[in-house]
Amino acid sequence: MNPFRYERARDAAEASVLLGKTPAAMLLGGGTNLVDLMRLRVAKPEALIDVSRATSDRVELLPGGGLRLGAGMRNTDAAADKTLRARYPVLSQALLSGASGQIRNLATVAGNLLQRTRCVYFQDVSKPCNKREPASGCPAREGYHRNLSILGASDACIATHPSDMAVALMALDARVRIIGAGGERLVPLAELYRLPGDEPQRDTTLQHGDVITHVEIPPLEFAKRSRYRKVRDRASFAFALVSVAGALDIRDGMVRDVRLALGGVAHMPWRARIAEEALRGRPAREDTFREAAAAELRAAQPLRDNAFKVPLAQRSIVRTLLELSAEP
Amino acid sequence: MTTFAAKTVGAAIDRLDGPDKVTGAARYAFEQPVAHAAYLYIVQSTIARGHVRAIDATGARALPGVVEVITHENAPRLASTEDPELVVLQSNAVAYHGQIVAAVVAETPEVARHAAALIRVQYHEEPHDVELHAGREGLYQPDPENVGFEPDTHHGDVESALKTAAASIDVTYTTPHEHNNPMEPHATIALWEGDSLTLYDANQGPHAIRGDVATAFGLEPERVRVISPHVGGGFGSKLFTHGHVVLAAMAAKLVARPVKLALTRQQMFALVGYRTPTIQRMRLGTDNDGRLVAIAHDVTVQTSKIEESVETAAVVTRMMYAAPNRRTSHRLARLDVPTPTIMRAPGECPGVYALECAMDEMALACERDPIEFRIRNEPERDPGSGKPFSSRGLVACLREGAQRFGWQPHTAPAKRRDGNWLVGTGVASSTYPTRRRPTTASVRVNTDGTYRVQIDAIDIGTGARTALAQIAADALETPLERVRLDIADSALPRAGGAGGSMGLASWGTAIVEAANALREKLRTEFAGNVPAEGVEAYVEVGRNPLAERYSMHAFGAQFAEVRIDADTHEIRVPRLFGMFAAGRIVNAKTARSQLIGGMVMGLSMALFEETVIDKRFGHFANHDFAEYHIASNADVLDIDAAWIDEDDPYVNSMGAKGIGELGITGTASAIANALYDATGLRLRDLPLRLPFDI
Ligand SMILES: Cc1cc2nc3c(=O)[nH]c(=O)nc-3n(C[C@H](O)[C@H](O)[C@H](O)COP(=O)(O)OP(=O)(O)OC[C@H]3O[C@@H](n4cnc5c(N)ncnc54)[C@H](O)[C@@H]3O)c2cc1C
Repeated sequence: MNPFRYERARDAAEASVLLGKTPAAMLLGGGTNLVDLMRLRVAKPEALIDVSRATSDRVELLPGGGLRLGAGMRNTDAAADKTLRARYPVLSQALLSGASGQIRNLATVAGNLLQRTRCVYFQDVSKPCNKREPASGCPAREGYHRNLSILGASDACIATHPSDMAVALMALDARVRIIGAGGERLVPLAELYRLPGDEPQRDTTLQHGDVITHVEIPPLEFAKRSRYRKVRDRASFAFALVSVAGALDIRDGMVRDVRLALGGVAHMPWRARIAEEALRGRPAREDTFREAAAAELRAAQPLRDNAFKVPLAQRSIVRTLLELSAEP
Repeated sequence: MTTFAAKTVGAAIDRLDGPDKVTGAARYAFEQPVAHAAYLYIVQSTIARGHVRAIDATGARALPGVVEVITHENAPRLASTEDPELVVLQSNAVAYHGQIVAAVVAETPEVARHAAALIRVQYHEEPHDVELHAGREGLYQPDPENVGFEPDTHHGDVESALKTAAASIDVTYTTPHEHNNPMEPHATIALWEGDSLTLYDANQGPHAIRGDVATAFGLEPERVRVISPHVGGGFGSKLFTHGHVVLAAMAAKLVARPVKLALTRQQMFALVGYRTPTIQRMRLGTDNDGRLVAIAHDVTVQTSKIEESVETAAVVTRMMYAAPNRRTSHRLARLDVPTPTIMRAPGECPGVYALECAMDEMALACERDPIEFRIRNEPERDPGSGKPFSSRGLVACLREGAQRFGWQPHTAPAKRRDGNWLVGTGVASSTYPTRRRPTTASVRVNTDGTYRVQIDAIDIGTGARTALAQIAADALETPLERVRLDIADSALPRAGGAGGSMGLASWGTAIVEAANALREKLRTEFAGNVPAEGVEAYVEVGRNPLAERYSMHAFGAQFAEVRIDADTHEIRVPRLFGMFAAGRIVNAKTARSQLIGGMVMGLSMALFEETVIDKRFGHFANHDFAEYHIASNADVLDIDAAWIDEDDPYVNSMGAKGIGELGITGTASAIANALYDATGLRLRDLPLRLPFDI
């Protein structure tokens, strides 16, 4: 690990100023991802600015029925929050399906959103990786890629985003509140994340100096009927091969509204808008679910060892919708 | 053999070192307090074959806190280069990806690690060859002299028998690279005083390490002392000496200070061994009565270019079932990879996997229930050696296990369905050889009626410390509290390591013999009165002469229930039960832990464990615990092990057979067979993954 300076910011604004002063500084949440990457020399910050206490660590009610999570809130606490569990079960389930109890005790909401891909070549500095070292090449495409992208990848990069929580938040149309050089702003998750294109080194649209202070979840009445299904070889402590976050609103046997997002399939949590569109106003039946799932995966471009994710994602979508429609 | 009056032996006694371990008071190798220690960090090659052209350590040397950078240019010369695994930094040659090419000694582990990253190594790279597949070029039959066993055996005429068999199968099973991955990473502290070396080291047997290190440095063995009070698992990877131990001693010599070294998890994937992938062709044939007429087991495995090592996967098939025509073979490919070593029941573990799946296939192919089929093919004597078995509890385990598990006899896959789950059950046999090594021990009695037992045994987490104390107490006819047991130090009487499931059998026998010798000495020389200075007896126990007359093995039967999600194909194992026959069980609690621990590893092997080699770089791509999966608690549901009473007077003084590795054999087969029962699909490649195109 490179030598680095450690500073503790009093609040997010100060953290942003400190970042601005040091181009190679990075923010530190629970450190469960960043410190690992520093040991592996994938991350080499000159300074760490600890924001784990500089941002809110609680859930607040928003006027109109939404919720706001402090960026410094620990994953364990977020998953256990009573209001969050009642209004957005999918989010609590996603949080609890991630990592282990010990890691969730440390991991923060903002850190979870910004954790980096688990692609083995990204993590191994003795190998090429376009995300780590632009234009060095992507060995994953021909190499070990069982758990990498099937949707939205580019020639340069087939990494997947590993977070479970972010998949649920994507389905819920969450937005992140950011303090940066230009003041405060709200960015929808769908615009925070990006596809790799020919700039795979950028996971997000954040600029240096940006500090996430909150995650805001708009009200969604029918999200109380929502769930997270995570598929993996090992029953616990494994990243998703494929995951589905879903919420379903059924009236008189018809899909009135629906939210669907997929994990483990792309460079970002994948909002399944094609499937959602195919479902709205249609009968809440298995055949509709199947058609919608197939439509979403039509654009998939699987590789030698991850083609199984295509049927797996489809089946997981159908199963999630069936289970949601069977809920009282 | 001595008869043995068991009082404490057999009881479910808590581990004597349990409280120390759970409170953190137990000190492992790296935690031993050593004054003025420096820290060592390893630089590994990033090519799989070639040589180092130049090393630029300017940046590393300039870093404050760096004590020394060691490369092949300044490393002390070793006195012996006989053991290729221990030839560290003696030349610029690179034989595999991840080989040690340099190291840094620094004041702190952080500085050492940072400095290591600043070292620039230039290579001359040559094309490498790291891929094992069936029928590849260069496969050869290893020389029995070099590998210490007969690679091929033939009895009768397998080919003709298969041609005329009423039913037959010809199938190939494969297992992937697997890594031992003990919880405690390998660690060593090296400390020289003049020409004497002390090592605090995480290993499976201090005497063996002492011998190897003494040879490498040209020292009398007495000048080397290896101390290993607590060890956090080894699974074979800590039985043999690896290069990092020699490197630590070298570094300590060079900087004239104690040096501490702990490998990282990632480094362990290249430096401390692994299990070779196996390709196993199984051919079995039966007559109209469901009796085997032929059995053939042909194995292809890999070794490295620097050392010959063979996974003896077909050896078990020589002994297991009756058949007049038999054949086994082992073929080897030499690749540009790290040397595979012993791992969790080497040979038997993958061998039993293939054999017991093939037995399931054969049973159903000739329309017999898998248990009935095995019983029908039970041999009267060991068909390989012709010797009688000292005891053989397989049939009893199959019958009793079937009863307890609730086995439903069947001759076709049941393909049961419970909601979204496909449900199946499977059975497989377990077996592991019962052996013993020459061992020494001493026992002393003091005037206050307490005893001190000394032996260089080791407890790598198995519970051996506790079980040996129980054996000593009974052999000395004294309560457990009166026995003090010293182990895990090469200064103690010589003993073999914890490996090959021979530990307890060898150490326990020596302790019993030493106790008898002490009793005899007291009686004949001291008229039964302990003199003020106490009395000590020392014994050397050789090999078991009865091993020439009897074939000695432990057996078992494992039963699995498997559930497969019909949509997502996730595989879960809600029930796993093992019924074992392993002679006398010394400690019911630690034995159960050993057996179910083995079964958990078998479950891991069936469903998760796989190291993927990237042929372009020649490295193991998934080299950490996030990517190399071992079963978690959530994967282990209803699991249990039980045993039948088995009295075997031939194996050793306790009548106890080794159980360290027995539990892992057969588990993967029981699970694979259950998966077939649930789906009608025969998956032959581990780890089991159900395809979607069905
Ligand atoms: C073995 C293992 C298994 C895991 N399994 C899973 C899993 O199954 N599912 C899953 O979802 N996750 C899993 N994780 C990942 C885990 O969820 C993340 O490591 C964790 O959420 C990161 O949070 P942190 O607070 O520790 O982030 P840190 O490591 O502190 O930071 C991560 C990133 O966020 C940035 N950052 C932190 N705070 C802010 C802020 N306020 N504003 C802007 N940027 C910020 C940091 O600069 C850094 O780039 C696993 C991790 C491990 C080690």
